[in-house]
Amino acid sequence: MSTAIELIDLYKSFGSTEIIRGVNLAVEQGERHAIIGPNGAGKSTLYNLITAKYLPTAGRIRLRGEDVTGCPPYEINRMGLARSFQVTNIFPRMSVFENVRCGMLWAMNYRYSFWRDVDELDDVNARSRQVLEDIGMTSRADVPAGVLSYAEQRALEIGITIAGGADIVLLDEPTAGMNRSETDHTVELVRRITENKTLIMVEHDMSVVFGLADRITVLVYGEVIASGPPNEIRGNPAVREAYLGEEVD
Amino acid sequence: MAVANTAAPGRSSFLRRNAIWWAALVLVVLLPQVARSGTAIAVLNQMCIMVIFSLSYNMLLGQGGMLSFGHAVYFGLGGYFAMHLIQLAGGAGFFMPLPLTPIAGGLAGLFFGLLFGSFSTNRAGTVFAMISLGIGEMIAASSLIFVKFSGGEEGITADRTDLTPFFGHRFGSEVEVYYLIAGWMMLSAWLMYRFSRTPLGRMANAVRDNPERAEFVGYSQRRVRLLSFMAAGFFAGIAGGLFALNYEIVTEETVNLVTSGIVLLQAYIGGVGFFAGPIVGAVVYTLLQTLLSNYTEIWAFYVGLIFVATVMYAPTGLTGIIMMHLPIYRVRKLRTLALPYLKVGVPALCCAIGVIGMLELLHYLSVRAVGQSTKRLFWMSLNVEQPTPWIVFGLLAVGGFFVARRMAPALVAAWEAASAQAQGRGER
Amino acid sequence: MLELIVFSLLNGLVYGLLLFMLSSGLTLIFSMMGVLNFAHASLYMLGAYFAYSISAKVGFWPGLVIAPVLVGVVGALIERYGLRNVHRYGHVAELIFTFGIAFLIEESIQLIWGKQTMDYREPEILSVPLFTLWGTDFPAYKAFMLAVSIGIFIALLLVLTRTRVGLIIQAAITHPNQVAMLGHNVPLVFTGVFGVGSALAGLAGVIAGPALGTFPGMAAVLGSIVFVVIVVGGLGSLWGAFLASLLIGMLQTFAVAVDYSLEDLFAEIGISTSKTSALSDLYTVTVAQIGPILPYLLLVLILIFRPTGLFGKREV
Repeated sequence: MSTAIELIDLYKSFGSTEIIRGVNLAVEQGERHAIIGPNGAGKSTLYNLITAKYLPTAGRIRLRGEDVTGCPPYEINRMGLARSFQVTNIFPRMSVFENVRCGMLWAMNYRYSFWRDVDELDDVNARSRQVLEDIGMTSRADVPAGVLSYAEQRALEIGITIAGGADIVLLDEPTAGMNRSETDHTVELVRRITENKTLIMVEHDMSVVFGLADRITVLVYGEVIASGPPNEIRGNPAVREAYLGEEVD
Repeated sequence: MAVANTAAPGRSSFLRRNAIWWAALVLVVLLPQVARSGTAIAVLNQMCIMVIFSLSYNMLLGQGGMLSFGHAVYFGLGGYFAMHLIQLAGGAGFFMPLPLTPIAGGLAGLFFGLLFGSFSTNRAGTVFAMISLGIGEMIAASSLIFVKFSGGEEGITADRTDLTPFFGHRFGSEVEVYYLIAGWMMLSAWLMYRFSRTPLGRMANAVRDNPERAEFVGYSQRRVRLLSFMAAGFFAGIAGGLFALNYEIVTEETVNLVTSGIVLLQAYIGGVGFFAGPIVGAVVYTLLQTLLSNYTEIWAFYVGLIFVATVMYAPTGLTGIIMMHLPIYRVRKLRTLALPYLKVGVPALCCAIGVIGMLELLHYLSVRAVGQSTKRLFWMSLNVEQPTPWIVFGLLAVGGFFVARRMAPALVAAWEAASAQAQGRGER
Repeated sequence: MLELIVFSLLNGLVYGLLLFMLSSGLTLIFSMMGVLNFAHASLYMLGAYFAYSISAKVGFWPGLVIAPVLVGVVGALIERYGLRNVHRYGHVAELIFTFGIAFLIEESIQLIWGKQTMDYREPEILSVPLFTLWGTDFPAYKAFMLAVSIGIFIALLLVLTRTRVGLIIQAAITHPNQVAMLGHNVPLVFTGVFGVGSALAGLAGVIAGPALGTFPGMAAVLGSIVFVVIVVGGLGSLWGAFLASLLIGMLQTFAVAVDYSLEDLFAEIGISTSKTSALSDLYTVTVAQIGPILPYLLLVLILIFRPTGLFGKREV
């Protein structure tokens, strides 16, 4: 197995506050990897560093062995890495179908084409319908995304993320703010769509983490204190301490 | 709001899908047979040019989310370059049929779109708006300074009939020019419509809605904006080239901020959320400008009032208002709105008459010659020194306003009831 | 040469301080509400016209007081019944709205007063030269303009630093989102600032009218320049606006005085230029001629390279 993503000595400070303090992490291809940690551990910052929303203060990021530190988000995406957002981030004035379609135009090589009619791109439209089917939103295809319910917008968010068929998918708290059945539904969805792909996710809900992840990395105060398969993490005393009695299982 | 851009997936027959275009084509071909007078043709020519210009503007504002205060730069420079080409070809006598000259304008627009767009499209919003304003002021001022190129305040002129005949046509008559301009308008409008439906056009919408997300699906927001900006510059340049050949003169007025403002006004009144919006806006504005100005000197004030009212109360524009009623029309419930509309419309009309009357009297006070006191208005002779006309108009205005406002909630309720029915029907 | 410098300096100062009177209100509004008010220069024009009409009835001095107050009321009404309703559609809609208001004010001025230049003059007591240097008069009215501008500047400074309202405004400039949490009536403060800013623009119009002319195009002359001032000065910085006003004022008055072109430069270093080439305009054009372009060039450059402005803390 080869490495999908490698973080080398990553640092990030905002002003004088150091949020990420020397993170080293390697995620293998095909692995489902969860990043957990108490509030304020820097999970979201780390996530945003990997996806190039933030620039690291020091350190390198490698994508399949290639150094991508400082690349703009669109270039990272073109290399086959897709991300979702914690705060729903969709195209509110466009229809659900258009949202998904926009998510895959680049990946399907239509780029900045200004001579082809989008409705005649049969491959794109077939795939868009497939993605809508996958996220269970076929019946809402023509609705403007801005008027969807919260859970629907979350599903659409994932739909846009996977639309391009990227083989490295990053999800930021995919089940945040959902009730039990919605969460179960989403876990099922995530499991299905990340078949044979690399998944990195930040998640609070431990049942989701232990249900999905092959490997878990625990982040505390900007440092990795443990990384390994779920069983190992569950038994790790340092992790138990960091969570200070919080239910780890 | 702008869901009209959304098309359901799937295909229908070529003829049916383009029905509205065929209808437009027939209309455009037949119009000069109906409106035969020279003035009517002149109005139509102006309208067609403005339709292209407004549509190109909406590639920025409506589709790309870029508010420009300097779009006339590309229109005017397109006009100057096309004019120079006509001059040159007319003088040197090389092969250059008139219908091809707008391309020179388009290329000029494209080039300057690339030049100015390369640094102004980094961001949208207020920064973009301010840069466009700065460039607009710079080019307008430059066009008065670089006299060799622009002809200074007099502008530059040429004779379009000097050029190579085009299948025997020298475009000496207004009708010939009309068909030339209308042809370019149909072609440009169709191309811009196609553009809005291409991957780039759709990503322009996406960048407008959420630039960050667009970057995370593989698109550089800068590049998307720049390409849209260049396309908008190209079509504005085409419109400018048509302006040049139609009026045979291009002056500083075509590049200045007033023209940039007018195109914003047109597009917004028409409705920037719809492809057809700027077309409606350009037609309405041109009609107001050419017809209303026959009756009143303060027509521009009324246009301003309509514009501000649109921004405040109907941000989707005229097209938006029409589209609101389309689903109700489809379920044949428009009739239920007739009475509520009448109840609001009649007092609103009274209010409008009152306001117009007072404004016209007020204006008359400032422009009348010494000793004059009678104003012809609404087919009556009114003495501005008497209080009666003022009081009557004042009462109409105030009374109409309050009655209309009282009736308005009933209209809104009726509309909501009807559209709820329309929606219910649609879902079933 | 010395004469040129002294008078350009004086004129630049008069013009610059006038710009500051206009831009101080605009920059306060922009910093607090995020609204670039396109109608600001129109309110300035409105001030001049109001003052003209008032001065025709009761004289210059009452007009100096009444006209700005009236303009302030107009501004407050625009904010309360217009801008506030448009706010929910976002900044772009607000910008478009103020653009519409600017259009409307300009048209209504032509509706009421007509298209011709108004015969609005300074009072007789100020229509004499204050002093004469090297045979050139410096009019007393310009000194008066200078005095009013400086007075306003000092008053503004005192209000902003010494009063409670001033402190709220300062807080609102730097942290526009947090003032509401302090429990102040922010909408009222907005209306107030908009009104006072408009009144200042009106006052600038009142005193500029006799010097620069009272005509329907007077807003267009300064409209974009005040934007240059506040962008160059930087968001949230009154000092920035002050310095930028003087900078633009000097830039324009000095440029007008310099009758020098690239051709002259070439001639001095021994290069002769062709008069007939199509590009000849490029080097025969004098600094005085490109004077009007310079502020906008500055605006564009600042927005590209330093969007916080020269002295600002926040981006536009």
